[in-house]
Amino acid sequence: MALGAYIGVSAALFALGLICIISRRNILYVLFGVEMILNAASINFAAFNRFNGGGLEGRVFVVFIIILAAAESAIALAIVLNVYHLMKTVKPSEADFLRE
Amino acid sequence: MNSNHLFYAALGLAGACAMGAGMVTAGGPGLAFGFCAYLTLGGAAICIWERSIVRSAFSLMGTFVGVAGLFVLLGSDFLAMAQILIYVGGILALLLFGVMLTPPDNNERSLARVGATTVMIGAGVAFVVAQISGGVAGWVMADQLPEPNSQARAIGLAFLDPKQYVVAFELAAYLLTVALVAAVYIARRRRADFEPEPETPGGQS
Repeated sequence: MALGAYIGVSAALFALGLICIISRRNILYVLFGVEMILNAASINFAAFNRFNGGGLEGRVFVVFIIILAAAESAIALAIVLNVYHLMKTVKPSEADFLRE
Repeated sequence: MNSNHLFYAALGLAGACAMGAGMVTAGGPGLAFGFCAYLTLGGAAICIWERSIVRSAFSLMGTFVGVAGLFVLLGSDFLAMAQILIYVGGILALLLFGVMLTPPDNNERSLARVGATTVMIGAGVAFVVAQISGGVAGWVMADQLPEPNSQARAIGLAFLDPKQYVVAFELAAYLLTVALVAAVYIARRRRADFEPEPETPGGQS
């Protein structure tokens, strides 16, 4: 398949992740959307790497994206658990603890 | 026939269309690409559509496996392996753990916002595609799949080569250590959480 097809899939995945973040009222869906967006970026890196001579740079970058996603997911989950523990809600719009 | 049936019918139709279009344009590799792309986007669409957050979390597995398939089609078998090991095995389990620990909320989907965002993003994508469609058509550089060859050894050597990525590799190791210790520290329960509320002596009677 051509490079354009991979970029199309990646763009669609990015858009779906953005919709997921914006439209759902639950912190966990924000995490799901972030994972989708990171995956879309990974597809882009792998595709550009493949169609630009097939070196290692893009692949190494994807490995670092996966590492960052793992760290981000662990920290974000801990924060979600703490937010729920403190405020008894998982809606981002209701977590306005610092406003007072 | 409710909207759920309509959604899944449309999703199945889109999958058939994706695989058919891929097969017509590029034969067998196109069919594989259509299937992986359908798995990726279909999983994401179900994640947005489903009201049950557990179903959403499990449908993300389709997305991650589909992305792993795309990595295989791009000739990056090491990335596909890492994707399945870390995303499906680790991150998805972590997300499900979070899902189980937070309460369900069945009326939190906002279809109006889904529609508005979809229209917004669609307009943007249509604009960009109209801008660069001529350029994209000229990007065709490969007519067939790359030969499968494993890069696990090359990537491992590149990570430990002082001229290449050893600094980034060590930084990633520190980052993971700090992040995981911090996650445990943030999520731990204080001693006060386990002790019952002290009763006020001689309360109102």
